Amino acid sequence: MIRQLFKFREMLLVIIIAILLAVFSTRSQGFATPGNLANIFNDTSILIILALGQMTVILTKSIDLSVAANVAFTGMAVGMLNAAQPELPLMLILVVALGIGGVLGAINGMFVWKLNIPSIVVTLGTLTIYRGMAFVLSGGAWVNAHQMTAPFLQTPRQLFLGLPILGWTAIVIVAVMYLVMSRTFLGRAIYASGGNPTAAVYAGIDVGRTRFFAFVISGTLAGLCGYLWVSRYAVGYVDIAAGFELDTVAACVIGGISTLGGIGSVAGAVLGALFLGVIKNALPVINISPFAQMAISGSVIITAVIFNARQERRRGRIILRDRGASEQIEVAA
Amino acid sequence: MNKITSPEPMSETPLLEMRGISKSFPGVKALNDVNISLFPGKVTALIGENGAGKSTLVKILTGIYASEEGEIQVDGKPVAFANAQDAMDFGVTAIHQETVLFDELSVAENIFLGHAPKTRLGLVNWKAVNARALALLHSLESNIDPRVRLKDLSIAQRHLVAIARALSVDARIVIMDEPTAALSRKEVDDLFQIVKRLKAQGKAILFISHKFDEVYEIADHYAVFRDGKAVGSGALAGVGQDEIVKLMVGRSIEHAFPKVDIPLGETVLSVENYTHPTEFRDINFALRKGEIFGIYGLVGAGRSEICQSLFGVTRPSGGSLKLDGREIAIHSPSDAIKAGIVYVPEERGRHGAVLQLPIYQNISLPSLTRTSRLGLLRAAEEFALARKYAERFDLRAAALSVPVGTLSGGNQQKVVIGKWLATQPKILILDEPTKGIDIGSKAAVHAFISELASEGLSIIMVSSELPEILGMSDRVLVMREGLSAGIFERSHLNAETLVRAATGNA
Repeated sequence: MIRQLFKFREMLLVIIIAILLAVFSTRSQGFATPGNLANIFNDTSILIILALGQMTVILTKSIDLSVAANVAFTGMAVGMLNAAQPELPLMLILVVALGIGGVLGAINGMFVWKLNIPSIVVTLGTLTIYRGMAFVLSGGAWVNAHQMTAPFLQTPRQLFLGLPILGWTAIVIVAVMYLVMSRTFLGRAIYASGGNPTAAVYAGIDVGRTRFFAFVISGTLAGLCGYLWVSRYAVGYVDIAAGFELDTVAACVIGGISTLGGIGSVAGAVLGALFLGVIKNALPVINISPFAQMAISGSVIITAVIFNARQERRRGRIILRDRGASEQIEVAA
Repeated sequence: MNKITSPEPMSETPLLEMRGISKSFPGVKALNDVNISLFPGKVTALIGENGAGKSTLVKILTGIYASEEGEIQVDGKPVAFANAQDAMDFGVTAIHQETVLFDELSVAENIFLGHAPKTRLGLVNWKAVNARALALLHSLESNIDPRVRLKDLSIAQRHLVAIARALSVDARIVIMDEPTAALSRKEVDDLFQIVKRLKAQGKAILFISHKFDEVYEIADHYAVFRDGKAVGSGALAGVGQDEIVKLMVGRSIEHAFPKVDIPLGETVLSVENYTHPTEFRDINFALRKGEIFGIYGLVGAGRSEICQSLFGVTRPSGGSLKLDGREIAIHSPSDAIKAGIVYVPEERGRHGAVLQLPIYQNISLPSLTRTSRLGLLRAAEEFALARKYAERFDLRAAALSVPVGTLSGGNQQKVVIGKWLATQPKILILDEPTKGIDIGSKAAVHAFISELASEGLSIIMVSSELPEILGMSDRVLVMREGLSAGIFERSHLNAETLVRAATGNA
C-alpha cells in the first residue's frame, strides 16, 4: 500500500509540474515551447545529479550537508588545473573531478562508518573544511573564463538532439542511479540499511559499509557537478554553490524521500529537483519578485514535509498493529 | 484445576481488592475472572510463567489498560482507573523491571518530574525539590546526593531513585515488577531492606518475581497465575515450593505437539567452552543432524545471547565452534549465513523484516548472491524464490510486491522464516518461534519445525514456553544466569525439573 501511495505521490508531482507549466505558459508566450523546456531541464541538471547523491545518503538514515562545499572545492581544483595545464585532455580532468569528489565523500563516509559519528555532525564539519580548503587552494582568487580552455567550457554546452550535453549528463546519471538502486546489491543494501538497520545486520548486510558507499556515491556526483558548475558559469570562486546543499535536501523531501531512511525512489528525487527547477525558472518569467519566490519555495517544502509526515503516520498505524501483536506477547511477560 | 488453597485468613481488610477481572486481546484471553487482594503492611508475591497474565494485571492496576469485566476496590470502595493518573491518585504506583528514568537529569529532577513543588510564581521550587528528594532518599537510608546526574549512578542506585520516585507521590500500593532481575545479590539484600521498611509503613506491596528464594524471603502472601487464571492464593507460610511449582506448571497441554521421532544423525555443530565477556560462560553442547535442541531459561538467562553469538551478531571471548568437525570462526552474520547457520530473531519487527520493502525483496535479502548474476539482481529469480517459500508457508498477501509492513503479525513471521529457509541453511536457530501468535498458528509452526527436522535440518529452539520446550525438544539445555544448569534428555523431560533448574531450586 505504501509503495502504491508513492507511485501515486510521484504521479501527483508529475501532474503538479504539468499544471505549473500550463499556468505559466498562459502568462508568458513561449514558456512551454520545447526549446524553453529543454532549457529548464538543462538548468536543473546539476540539482538533479546532486539530489540523487543526497538521496542515496538519506535512504541510509544519514545526510550529506557537505555536497555544495564539495562542488566548490572540486570545481576550484579542476578549474585551476585546467588554467595551469591547458594541454590536459578533458577526459582526464573529468576523472580528476570524480576522484576528488569521491575522496571527499569517502572522508565523510569513514567518519560515519568507523567512528560512528552522526552524519549531520560530520558533514556540518566537512562543509566548512571543504570550503576552507577551496579558499586555501585558490588563495581567494577567482578562476576566470579567459583562463579556462575552450573544450573545458564548451563541451557541456554542445547540443545533441536539441539538448546540451549537460542535460544529457543528468539523463545518463539518472539511468545509472536507477540501475544501481534497483538492480545492484548495493542499492538493495542501501534501502535495507535505512529501512531497518537491525534487520539488515541480521540479513548479513554491513550497514556501516553501506553508508560509507552511499557517501562515496554522493561525493563522486558532487565532484562531477564541481566541473559542470564551473564550466556552466565559466567562473570558479570560493563561494560557488553556497547553500546549495539545502536545495538538494529540499528536492529529496519534495520528492518523497523519507528523512527517516528506507523510503524513496530515483524518480521521486528527480521530480523533486525538477519541481524546484520549474519554480525557479518560471516565477521570474511571470514577474514574481525574488523574495516571493523564496517564500513560495519554502512553502512548498513545508507542504511536502506535512505530506511526508502524514505518510509516516500511515506507517505508524502499521507499527501500531505490530505493537498490538507485541502486547499479546507482553501478556506473556 | 481451580485449586484455591486455604482461603484468606480475613483478619484484615484488604487495602486493594480486584474481583472477577477479565481482559482479552485479539486471539488471547489474557486474564480470565481473576481475584487478588493486597493487604496493608504485607507483601503479596505474584507468581506465574511467562504468559500467565502478570503484566496485564499490573497494567490494569496502574490504569494503562481497562479491564473488560470485574471491579477494583480501594478501602472497600469501588474505584475506576480510567488512566495512569487516576491510579496514581489512589496511591497505586509501580516500579518496573526496566526503570523509566532520564539519564541527563539530576536525581531530584527524576524523582519529582511532573509533580515538582512550585513557588508562588508557579516556577519550580528547586530548594524544596532538592530538600524533599534528600528527605525521601534518607527515608530509604540512602546517601545519594539528589543533585548528581542519574547517569553517574550504579544500576542499584538508579533503582533506588525509581523507588523514591514511586514513593514521592504518596503511594499506598507499590507494585514491584521483577525488581531484582538486574541486581546482584548484595543489591537484592538492600532492596529487601527497603521493602521491609515500606511494609512497616503500612504499604501494600505486590511483588512479582520468578525467583523462589526471593519470594520466600520477602513475601507474606502468594498468588499463582496460570494462563490468565488465578489458580491459587493464600498465606505463604507452610506452603512448600513443590506445591507452588505444581500450581505454576500444572496445565493441560493445549494442543498435541507434532514432534516426530526421527533417528538423530551425526554431530553437526559442537560448541565447546563457549564464553562471552558479560552474558554467558562455559557453554558446551553438540547439535546433531535432525535434532531439535531446546534452550530454556528465564528471561535474561543468556539464551538469546548464545544464539546471537553463534550467528555472529556479538563476539564470544572464548571457546570454539566446530561445524561438521572443522573448527570455524564466525565474525559477522554474513559469515554465519555462508556457513549455513541462520537465526530467526525473537522480535520480527525490530530484527526480522524491513517493513518498507516488498515481501519478495525481504525473502531474497540474505540470498542475493544466489539470485544475482554478474553483480546485477534479477527480479524474476527473486520472485521465484519468494513464491516458493510463500507457497510453502501459505502466506496470505495480496501480492509479493506489497511491503511487509502491511501484513499481519503471523504473516510477517512467515516472511521472516521463509527468508531464512531460502538461504538453505544446515542449522536453524529459532528464538521464541511462536511468541505472540495465536494457538492455531502455533500448531502450524510446530508441525513445520518437525518437518524441517525430519528433512535433516538441525534446529536450536529458544523458548520460554514450557509446553513448547517439552513437546518439541529432543534435548533441552537449561540456562540460569549465564551458566548451563544442565542438559536434559527427552526421556527425562518434565516441567518441574526444568523450572527447578531454571530458577535455581535444587
